[in-house]
Amino acid sequence: MRIHFKTSYEHDIRLFPDRWSFLVYALLIVVAVLLPWLIDDFFLGEVTNVLIWAIAGLGLMMLTGQTGQASLGHAAFLALGCYSCIIFMEQGLPFLIAFPAAGILTGIIGTIIAIPAIRLHGIYLAIATMALSILADDIIVLMEPITNGVSGKFAPVINIFGIEIERWGTPDRFYWLVLVVAIICTLIYRNILRSPLGRAFAAVRDSEVSATAMGIHISRTKAISFGISCAITGLAGALMGFFSGIVTNETFSIVISITLLMMIVIGGLGSIHGAFFGAVVVAFLPQFLSLAKETVIGGGVAIPGLETGVFGMILILFILFEPMGIYGRWMKIRIWFELFPFARKDMFKRQKSYLKTERLR
Amino acid sequence: MSNLLEIKNATLKFGGVTAVNDLTFSVEEGEVYAIVGPNGAGKSTVFNLISRFYDPYAGSINFDGNNLLDRNADAVADLGIARTFQNIELFDHATVLQNLLVGRHRHRSTNLLQEALFTSKVRREEKRHREAVEEVIDFLDLQPYRDKMIAGLPYGVRKVVELGRALASGPRLLLLDEPASGLSVEETQDMRWWIDDIRKQMGITVLMVEHDMGLVSGVSDRVLALADGAKLAEGTPAQVQSDPAVIEAYLGAGAA
Repeated sequence: MRIHFKTSYEHDIRLFPDRWSFLVYALLIVVAVLLPWLIDDFFLGEVTNVLIWAIAGLGLMMLTGQTGQASLGHAAFLALGCYSCIIFMEQGLPFLIAFPAAGILTGIIGTIIAIPAIRLHGIYLAIATMALSILADDIIVLMEPITNGVSGKFAPVINIFGIEIERWGTPDRFYWLVLVVAIICTLIYRNILRSPLGRAFAAVRDSEVSATAMGIHISRTKAISFGISCAITGLAGALMGFFSGIVTNETFSIVISITLLMMIVIGGLGSIHGAFFGAVVVAFLPQFLSLAKETVIGGGVAIPGLETGVFGMILILFILFEPMGIYGRWMKIRIWFELFPFARKDMFKRQKSYLKTERLR
Repeated sequence: MSNLLEIKNATLKFGGVTAVNDLTFSVEEGEVYAIVGPNGAGKSTVFNLISRFYDPYAGSINFDGNNLLDRNADAVADLGIARTFQNIELFDHATVLQNLLVGRHRHRSTNLLQEALFTSKVRREEKRHREAVEEVIDFLDLQPYRDKMIAGLPYGVRKVVELGRALASGPRLLLLDEPASGLSVEETQDMRWWIDDIRKQMGITVLMVEHDMGLVSGVSDRVLALADGAKLAEGTPAQVQSDPAVIEAYLGAGAA
């Protein structure tokens, strides 16, 4: 059992609570950097896929987990980030400028779209943003001169100071690129969480009435959250484009939006770990299912809807039995070991909450 | 002493119901002013008018020379007005420390970019906010709960945390909506001392709504009795308690 003996306020502000957790994460990063030499190209591609999903998950987590606004429109922002990055590069911009620019553009457009949308609450916001996902498909087809419509666009080769990076040609370099983006996004996410803005997000999520009384501008805070969320999602979208090599109007469908939302719920709402855990499930489940199907009933047999069915089932089970997601389960297991043998089942019981002030507006 | 808060001829109607009817009162700097009245008298509505959650139908609300009606609800805190709620409105999925730090939000001086990069200015500010919050923690004896989630805390502690969050913002006027409701006798006694100290040590003006007459007569300088949104009586606690109109409102005609 570890006891944090705090001697300064720094202790609660810095990134890692103690040397031990710093070492764990340092080790994790070392292993992540060395990964291309440890596993073959197929699995490296899978890990790259996990990281890209995790970045997208971080984007949605900022909005849904931290600020409490559900969005089913994030596939549209993935598409926006992807198309704008590819188009910027086709116009001759180097990747190092085109990629952040795509993120910033997605963030700005996300904020503009958010301004009317955040007037809606809960399920209504989800429905309004769902419309975005559906519209995105049509908009890509309608804007054929720029987007190439249904025939789609090929992702160009990334060139950073003469080093060429390509998904199939140099999977290790592409993996490192994604890893760097994932680490930067995680750091920014963590920094926002430990600063006043992150607390304002939590305040808006938990009680809009008292957040207002504390001087927090609700709609501005939500719009900022939308902006950051969309910017990170845009970056993930661009990486997805480079990962799949070709993007069409069907690449970023509504199903991607739903998967993304399910992913962060399964992973654990409101935690950085949750985005990564959820990404592992989302990225590996299809592979796992096809493997399982082959061994159980043999290859060649198609079961339509198997993947979505299993996904839905997992989601229902999590909501019923582990609303905190995989991260919540992870914490419980950790605490159990840390307190051994003093952990008790009731320690994790959810407390009932008290009456809330009725909506004022 | 000068008037810190002035409410003149405030009227608020919800459809056909007049919740606040031509109400005029003022709170002097440095005093504890209590509002009492039967259920539905419009006490909390007065608070929500000051917090700008409701727009008055008529009348004016001034705070230290500023017209509150010119401001949005989120700009009221900037003037130094902090409040608590009748049914505790804390941020449940955050720790006590984080809740108190949200109270410091009106002193935020860093922007999004600085916070995303966590520059040295943000770090410095964080420590400054933390120092202010620690003073509140010491004042309210919240040390054992610093890192506890609100969702797991007992009612009495939540009540204190909410008071702490309001104090952390460094207010000039503190609005307490039923600070003693649901508290035990001992906790109410603590609350009474705290309110006394808030006024005497911190120099904060307190406006409170409270049903517990023991607490009201113990701490407040002046009391306003409301019934059906209108003023019944105003004066020292003893004057208001012996006012025939107040007794009639609570107990019915003929009881006096």
